[in-house]
This record gives sequence, C-alpha cells and structure tokens, in this order.
Amino acid sequence: MKSPSRAKLYNQDAWLLTIPAFIPLFFLSIVPLVQAIWTGFTDLQAGYDFKPKFIGIENFRRLIGDTFFWQSFRIGIVWAVSVTTLALFLGFGLALLLNQKLRFLGLMRVLSLIPWAMPPVIVAIMWQILLNPAIGPVDSILRLFNFPFADKYLLGDFETAFPTVVVIGAWVGMPVITVSILAALQGINSEIIESAKIDGANAWNRFRYVTLPAVRSITTALVALNIIWNFNSFGLVFVLTAGGPGGKTYLPALFVYNESFKYGNFGYAAAMGIVMTISVILMLVVYLKARERQDEN
Amino acid sequence: MATKQKFSISLVFQYLAVIAYILFLGFPFLWMFITSLKTPIELLELDQSLIPDGFYIQNYIDILEKRGLIQSTINSLIVAFVSTIITVLVAVPAGYAMARLRKFYAKAATGWILFSQVFPLSLVIIPLFMAIRSINLLDSLQGLILVYVVANLPFALWMLRGYVASIPVELEEASAIDGASIFKILRLIIIPLLTPGIVATSLFTLLNSWNEFFFALVLIQTPERETLPLTLARFVGSEGQVLLGPLAAGAFLATIPSLIVFGIIQKRISSGLLAGAVKG
Repeated sequence: MKSPSRAKLYNQDAWLLTIPAFIPLFFLSIVPLVQAIWTGFTDLQAGYDFKPKFIGIENFRRLIGDTFFWQSFRIGIVWAVSVTTLALFLGFGLALLLNQKLRFLGLMRVLSLIPWAMPPVIVAIMWQILLNPAIGPVDSILRLFNFPFADKYLLGDFETAFPTVVVIGAWVGMPVITVSILAALQGINSEIIESAKIDGANAWNRFRYVTLPAVRSITTALVALNIIWNFNSFGLVFVLTAGGPGGKTYLPALFVYNESFKYGNFGYAAAMGIVMTISVILMLVVYLKARERQDEN
Repeated sequence: MATKQKFSISLVFQYLAVIAYILFLGFPFLWMFITSLKTPIELLELDQSLIPDGFYIQNYIDILEKRGLIQSTINSLIVAFVSTIITVLVAVPAGYAMARLRKFYAKAATGWILFSQVFPLSLVIIPLFMAIRSINLLDSLQGLILVYVVANLPFALWMLRGYVASIPVELEEASAIDGASIFKILRLIIIPLLTPGIVATSLFTLLNSWNEFFFALVLIQTPERETLPLTLARFVGSEGQVLLGPLAAGAFLATIPSLIVFGIIQKRISSGLLAGAVKG
C-alpha cells in the first residue's frame, strides 16, 4: 500500500515539470487553433497592417457556393478513402507474409522501411523519375502487359494522374500499417492456433476467427489515423503534380494553401480549414460508430 | 513442418507475393540510385538499362555545386539538431510528470495530444504564420526551430510517457520517503533508466525535422535559409526536368541520413508506439 500523503506531495510538485512543455504548446498550438477558428469568421487578408472585421458566417455562406472548393473536397475524400483502403490491404498482406516462415523476410523488413523513412519531397522526386517515359522503367513495364496508357506520362494525363497518385500514396502509407499489424499478429498465442487446428478449423476459419479478431483494434486505429493523415496530406502531391493536371489531384490541403499564401485570403482559407476539420471528425465518428455496431453484433 | 509440404502450391503463391512486394517496395529506390550513376548520354538512350555503364559521380559533384545546396544541407542539420535537443529537454520532465501525475491531468494531456492530431496543418498555419511574424522570426531558422519543437512535442510526450510508465514506481517512492525532491528523483533515477527511450525519441524527432516540408515552405522565403527539401523541391520545378542525373543524386543523398537513423530506431519506434498506447 502506497502512503497517500507521500503520493500527494509528489503529485503537487509534478505539474511544475510540465511547464516548459506547456508554454510553447499553449502559445503555438492551442492559441493558434483558437485564433484559426476566430479567423474563419473574419475577412482577414495577408499584409502587415490589415485590420480584420468580424463578418459572421459570411465566409461559410460564400464557401457553400464555391464549386471549386467542393470539387477539391470530393477529391480529398476519394483520395483519403482510396489510399487508406489500398495501403491497408497491401500492408495487411505484407504483415501476414512477414509472419510466415519464409526466406527473404529480412530483406523485406528492411525494404519496407524505405517508404517510411524517405522525406515526402524525395518520394515525389523519385516517382517522377520512375514515371518519366524517357528514363523511367514504369512505361516499359506497363507496355509489357499491354496497359492502355503505357506511352503517356501517367502523372500528366487526365485519366491516369489520380489513380497513379493514389498508388504512390499507398506505397508511402504501407510500412506503418505493416509494422503495426505484424506486432499484433506476433502477439497471437500460438496455442490458440494449434487448438483451433486440433478442433478441425481450416485455414480460412482460423484466419476469420483467430487472426482477424486479434488485429481488429489496431486496424481500427490505423484506419482512423490514415484517414486523418491522408485527408490532410500536402507535401507529396504538392511536389508530384501541384494539383494538376486540370485540378485532377487538387487535394483540399493544396487548395487551402493556395487560398492563403497565393491569394492571401486568410479568413476565407481558415473557414475552409474549419470545414475540413469538422468533416474529418464526422468521418471518424461515422467510422468508429460503425465498427462499434459491428462489435455488438 | 509436415504441413508446409502439403501446401506447396500456397507456398509458391506466397513466394510470388514476396517477390512482388520486394519489387514494389525496393525497386523505386534502386532505380533512383541507378539513374544517379548514369551519364547524360546514357540517360538519352531509348531503352534504359538496369546496370549503368560506370560510376558517373559527376552527377553528385554537379548537385553539390548547385548554388545553395550545401548551405541548405547545413540549414537542415542545424534545424533538425537544435529542434531535437530542445524538444527532448522540454519533453522529458513533462513526459515523466504525465506518467506519474494524477489520472485526471494525465488523461487531459493525452486527450489534447490526440485531439491535436485531427486538425489539418492548413488550418493552424495561418495564425502560426502570423504569430511567428509578430515575434519577427519569419524567414529565420529560429522561427522554424520553434515551430518544429511544438510540432514534435505531442508525439515525443506520447512516447516518453509510455517509457516512463514502464519504469517501476517503487524506486521513486523510496527516494521520496528519504526526502529527495522530484527534480532530484528525475535527474538521478529516471533519466538514467530512460536513456533508451530518450535516444529513440530524439532520433524520431530528428528524422521528422529533417524530412519536414510544409512549415518550411510557408515560413522560409530567402534561398539562403532554405532547408534541403525546399531546395530540392524548387530544383524539380526549375531545371530538374532537364538535369535528371543530378536530381536523382541529390534525392539519393538526402535520403541516406533518414534511412540510417530510421534503421537504428525502427524497432524502438514500434515498441514506443505500443508502449505509449498500452501503458495508459
């Protein structure tokens, strides 16, 4: 039994230790967030001496009719869902393989780190080189399979730019998913699998009733995090396509960036950021509720 | 092992999948390295070969001689190291306190850390830009360092809190009964035991700051103060499309530090993530 008076004394001093971390977080994270929300209700524009006016929900009213923003918003949702889904399936598959007793697994473990460790800007540069029809291998490989768009620069074509960017996004997102799911797989007690085998469960049933439940909570967390990261992602696509061709890959983060730092409409851009935040939270709530309902059934 | 023999067809498929994954994950990086070793004439050939004619290191010399590349490497190093040191100095005591504080405070702090991940940077960047401008640190490495410290703090706190939670509390209680102050306990008991966690957290912060692009893009305007990702991104937009060899060389060089650091901490990051999550 711990002595309560000591524990109390010890707690009373502990908060002092949080001050050096709390001060920068307060001024450069909490305060900016509150200011950002406030800015969304003003007409603030770039420039040192601009005096912003409170304009109520005017920005949001204007935003409702802004078809360009909603187009970008839709691209953002399709992008976040596609990249997350693709990365989850690829990453799950890789984790299952890494959990087997196969050769070359050491090599694969090392390789799966590369996309994770690379700076997003470099990932973009690398894929531009790979996809360049003059010096990259991708178009020759695609021609081998008689792929219809093989002779084009995939990032520059209206039809192929978005799917190409999604594949690259999944390439980047795979490692985190693989490593986390692999950790959960290795946590499965081998006795459970053995006893399932003795009870006559086939491979599919063992996967369905032993493996899937064991990785369920980590998968839920990974999907939620990836939806957030991808919906807000910026650097990769900014360097890959800058939103082009013809706005086909114009993610909302790029849209907000241009609205603030190209056109200087800080207030309007903040309103967009608020709408994005609320949408992400709504998406998460819907997803987590759906998972919860599945659990109950 | 007998069951393995029975499912030899599935084994073939598993190996095909392994090969496909190895190509998908590793080949892009390999190709970039190959491209960085080719002469401009080789890069004009119609069919690009897997093996370059020789080691054409002129690409590496060219990219290093590009105006500003060495300067931006130095800038990146300064920003990454200084922001890491500050982050760790600030996060160790706070992470310790969060792990040992009364449940309510710890929960509130963790809640904020998770909550702060939901907001798009594009929302916070405008007030942050103005805050940095108002203290006259816009377009300066100091401003960027400050922002990186704040950006890295949530995750550093999360990791360190997990590491502290795995240290048994009895040692500290004994010292507290002997009359040691909390600062003394932190310095003499916790920090020595926490060293592996501190190393992992610092390397992770270092990597994040070295790779970061968005804040640098918004906050830095003068070429002399650019970080490496900024300079390379600008190079893509201007001459990079014609100077692919040097571009590949630069991209390869910029990845090496990240890969080394990441190779060292990979295991620790995953265990740190788990520690932070499990030892709630």
